[in-house]
Amino acid sequence: MATLKIRNLRKGFDAIEIIKGVDLDINDREFVVFVGPSGCGKSTLLRLIAGLEDVTGGTIELDGRDITEVSPAKRDLAMVFQTYALYPHMTVRKNMSFALDLAGIAKSEVEKKVDEAARILELGHLLERKPRQLSGGQRQRVAIGRAIVRNPKIFLFDEPLSNLDAALRVQMRLELARLHQELQATMIYVTHDQVEAMTLATKVVVLNGGRIEQVGSPLDLYHHPANLFVAGFLGTPKMGFLKAKVIHTSAQATEIELASGPRLRLPRDGRSLVVGHEVTLGIRPEHLVIDPQGQLPVITDVTERLGSDTYCHMNTPSDEPLTVRVPGDFFCAYGERLKLGVDVSHCHLFDEHGQAVSHALQQAA
Amino acid sequence: MSTTTLKSPVSAQAQPRKHTAHKRRTSPGWFLVSPSVMLLLLWMIVPLGMTIYFSLIRYNLLYPGENDFVGLENFEYFVTDTGFTPGMTNTLLLVGSVLLISVVLGVLISALLEATNFWGRGIVRVLLISPFFIMPTVSALIWKNLIFHPVSGILAAVWKFFGAQPVDWLAHFPLLSIILIVSWQWLPFAILILMTAMQSLDQEQKEAARLDGAGPLAIFWHLTLPHLARPIAVVVMIETIFLLSVFAEIFTTTSGGPGFASTNLAYLIYNQALLQFDVGMASAGGLIAVVIANIAAIILVRMIGKNLTQQQ
Amino acid sequence: MLTLKQSRRLQSVVLGALAWTVALILFFPIFWMILTSFKTEIDAFATPPQLIFHPTLENYLHIQERSDYFHFAWNSVAIAFGSTIIGMLLAVPAAYSMAFHETRLTKQTLLWMLSTKMLPAVGVLMPIYLMTKSLGLLDTKLSLIIIYTLINLPIMVWMVYTYFKDIPKDILEAARLDGATTVQEIVRVLLPISKGGLASTVLLSLILCWNEAFWSLNLTSSSAAPLTALIASYSSPEGLFWAKLSAVSTLACAPILIFGWISQKQLVRGLSFGAVK
Repeated sequence: MATLKIRNLRKGFDAIEIIKGVDLDINDREFVVFVGPSGCGKSTLLRLIAGLEDVTGGTIELDGRDITEVSPAKRDLAMVFQTYALYPHMTVRKNMSFALDLAGIAKSEVEKKVDEAARILELGHLLERKPRQLSGGQRQRVAIGRAIVRNPKIFLFDEPLSNLDAALRVQMRLELARLHQELQATMIYVTHDQVEAMTLATKVVVLNGGRIEQVGSPLDLYHHPANLFVAGFLGTPKMGFLKAKVIHTSAQATEIELASGPRLRLPRDGRSLVVGHEVTLGIRPEHLVIDPQGQLPVITDVTERLGSDTYCHMNTPSDEPLTVRVPGDFFCAYGERLKLGVDVSHCHLFDEHGQAVSHALQQAA
Repeated sequence: MSTTTLKSPVSAQAQPRKHTAHKRRTSPGWFLVSPSVMLLLLWMIVPLGMTIYFSLIRYNLLYPGENDFVGLENFEYFVTDTGFTPGMTNTLLLVGSVLLISVVLGVLISALLEATNFWGRGIVRVLLISPFFIMPTVSALIWKNLIFHPVSGILAAVWKFFGAQPVDWLAHFPLLSIILIVSWQWLPFAILILMTAMQSLDQEQKEAARLDGAGPLAIFWHLTLPHLARPIAVVVMIETIFLLSVFAEIFTTTSGGPGFASTNLAYLIYNQALLQFDVGMASAGGLIAVVIANIAAIILVRMIGKNLTQQQ
Repeated sequence: MLTLKQSRRLQSVVLGALAWTVALILFFPIFWMILTSFKTEIDAFATPPQLIFHPTLENYLHIQERSDYFHFAWNSVAIAFGSTIIGMLLAVPAAYSMAFHETRLTKQTLLWMLSTKMLPAVGVLMPIYLMTKSLGLLDTKLSLIIIYTLINLPIMVWMVYTYFKDIPKDILEAARLDGATTVQEIVRVLLPISKGGLASTVLLSLILCWNEAFWSLNLTSSSAAPLTALIASYSSPEGLFWAKLSAVSTLACAPILIFGWISQKQLVRGLSFGAVK
C-alpha cells in the first residue's frame, strides 16, 4: 500500500515562489505523471516529495504518516534522476546494492535482491561493469534497478528519458509501462513530453506556474480540458483557438460570432455566459474538415505530410492559425483559399477567464 | 474527473505551517566552512593589526622599552630613507617588466605550441614549464654561478666566442639580471595557464572562421586573443601578488646591491627589520607594500573576480 | 607550387623546430645544472664551459656528510606534508559545503578567501616574526607548517571547490536518498569520485610548500631549515663549489619537477583559482 497526500504545499526560493499551494492525492499503484512547460515547478514538486528540498509550507503524508520533515533516506522512496546519477566509481552491482549496504542488510539478501532486479531489467551480464562502460539505455536501466532493489513505497522519476535518443526513448517508454504492470508499484513521473504523459499515466497532473491546472486520466484531459492552458498543452498538433463573441445563449445551444465573421451554433448549455462577452473556441485538428460548403473561410499555409495523415496549417481572415488533419495523402497549395467544416459537437468553448464551458449534452445526461 | 483530487479545500488537517518551521536537517554549511574562515580571518586581522600598531610606535629591538607613540614618524623615516626611492622604482620595474615579458612571450609561445602538431610536442611542453617548479633559491644560484658568472658562466663563454669582453652581469646590470631570473621562473607559469586556456577554445569556432576566409593571424587576433583575455588577467593578478614579494632571488644573488641598485620593497623591509632591528620602520614599510598590493589587486579582482564566480 | 598537404607539412616542421628551440633555451639552465652536478669542481669551473667531460658521482656520494642533506630534506618533507595534510583537512569540508550547500554568502566567502592572498608577505613579516619568537616557535617546523597552511588554504579551497562543482549534484542526492549520512556521502561517494582532483590539489600544495623561500629564510636558521634555506647558504662568496651546489640543487628540485610534470594539467585549475580548466 502506498498513498500520498499533499496538502497546500508551498516552496519558495528567496522571494520567488515556485510551488504556490498544491493539493494532490496519489493512490496505491497509480502511475502519476506531472507534466507542464519548463519552469512550471514539476521537478521541484517531485524533489519536495523526495525530501531533497525543504518545504516552505504545507504537508506531505505517506500512508497516513507525516513525512514533511523526515529526511529523504527515511521516506522509503526511490528516485531515478534525469542524469541517472550513477556512482561512477562503483560497479553496476555496487551501484544497485549501495542503499542496502548502507542499511546494513545481510550480504546474501542483498545479492538476491540485486540479481532479481538485474533479471527484470536484463542487466545480468553487466553487473561487474562501471557506469562509463555502459550505453545510455543501459545506464538508464541501472538507475531504475537501483530504485527497484530498495522496494520503495513510491518510485520517483525525474524526466528519465530526456537524455536518450528518440528511438531508445520509445523503447524505454514501453519498458517503463511494462515495469509498472510487473511491479504493481506506485510511480510518480515528471516529464515535459506530453506523449510520455498520455501513454504512461493512469493519472496526469498538469502544472503551470507552480499550480495544478487539472488532474485526471489522460483521455479525460484530452477530451475535457478544464481550461485554455490544458487544452493548448495536450495534443499534437495543438488545438486551434479562435476568438469569438457570445450572440445568444440557452440551455440547449450557444451561438457565437467568430472574429473573422462567421457565426456558429454550438450544442452547449450557455447559460453561464453573458451575451456580448468574449469567448474562445477551441478546435482540434481532427474536428475540422476541408469542405466547400463549410462555414469557415481560410487561407492555406504550409502542409506537413506524414504518410498516414496530412496536417494542413491554415490562417483565418483574422490571422488566427488553425490546423486540419486529413487522413492519408493530401495536398493543399500554399496560399489557397478554402472553406472548413467544423464538428460543432466536439468543439471546446472557453469563457473570458479561459475556463471551459461544460458540454451541454453531457450535462443533460 | 478523478474523485481522488481535492482542489484546495481549506481542510482541517492541513494546518498552515509556519514559514519559520524548523529545518529538517541543520545545514552542514557553516559548521564546515567556519574553521577555514576563522583561521584566515585571524591570519589576516591579527598580523595586520599588529603591523599597523607597530608602525605607529617607536620600536627597535636594539633599544627595548622605548615604545612611545610617534604618529606617522616611521612612515616619514621610511619614505625619506635613501633606499626608499630606488626600492619603489625597482619594485615597479621588476613587477612591470616580468609581467610584460611573461604575458607577451607566454601568449606567443603557447600560440606556437597550439598552432600545429609537431614531433615531440609533449616533451616541449614539459621542458617549457619546468623552470616554474625549480625553487627560487636554486634558480637564483644557478643563474648567478652557471649563467651570469663573468669567468665561467655560459654568457661569458658566448661573449668570448664572439670576441667581446664578458660582462659581470650581477655587478653591472643587477636589476636586469634579477628581472631575467624572475622572468625565467614566471614565464612558464604564463605558458602553462595560457596553453591550457587555448585548448579550451572551441575548435568549431576556428573552423567556422577558416571557412569564412580568416587566415591564421586573423584567427589569432579575433578569436584566440579575446578568448585569452580572462586567463591573461588571471596570470597578471597572480603574478603581481607573487612578484611584489620577490625576495629569495635578491637575497641569494645581489643582496640588494650594489648600493640599492637591486633592492625592492620586500628586501628593503627585510633590511630594516632583521638587519637593523627597526620594527617600527619595517612595519611602516610593510603597510606601504600592503597598500600597493591592494591597489593592484582590487583593480584586478574587480575586473576578474566577478568572472571567477560567474562562471561557476 | 606546394600542394596543400606539403605546405601544411612544411609549416609543421618549421613551427616545430621553432618551438623546440624556445623550449631548449628555457630548459637550458636546468639541463646545465644537472650536467654540472656530474662534473668535478675543476671541470665545472673550466673556461670555456665543457659539454664533454668524465662524469663523476663524487658530488652526490658525499652530499650527506658535507651538508647534512637529509636533515634539511627531512625538514622539507615534514613541513610540506604536515601543512598539506592540515590544509586538506580544512579545505575539503569547506569546499564541500560551499559547492553543495550553497548560501548567499558562499560567493563572497570564496572571493574574500582569494583576497587574503593579496596580503604581501613583507606586510606581516614583523608581527609574524615577533609572534613566532615570543611563542618560542622560531626555527621550528611547526611555525612553517602553520604559516604555509594559511598561505595555501585559499588556493586549496578554490581548487577542491572547482573539482566538487564539476560533480553533478544528482549523485550526492542519490546517495542521500539511498540513506547515506553526510559523512558517508562525503567518504563513500564524493571523495572516491574526486580523488584525481584531490590528488592534484595535494601535489600543488606540496610543490608550493617545498619551494617557499620567504618565510623559510626569515623564520628558520638551522634546526628547522628546509632545502630552500640550505641552498641559500651556498650563496656565500667563499664557496665556489658549483658542482656540489648543482648536485644538491638537482636533488632538491627533482621530486618537485617530477610532481609538476605529472600534474601539470590539473595544477592549472588551482593556480588560476578555477578560472582556467
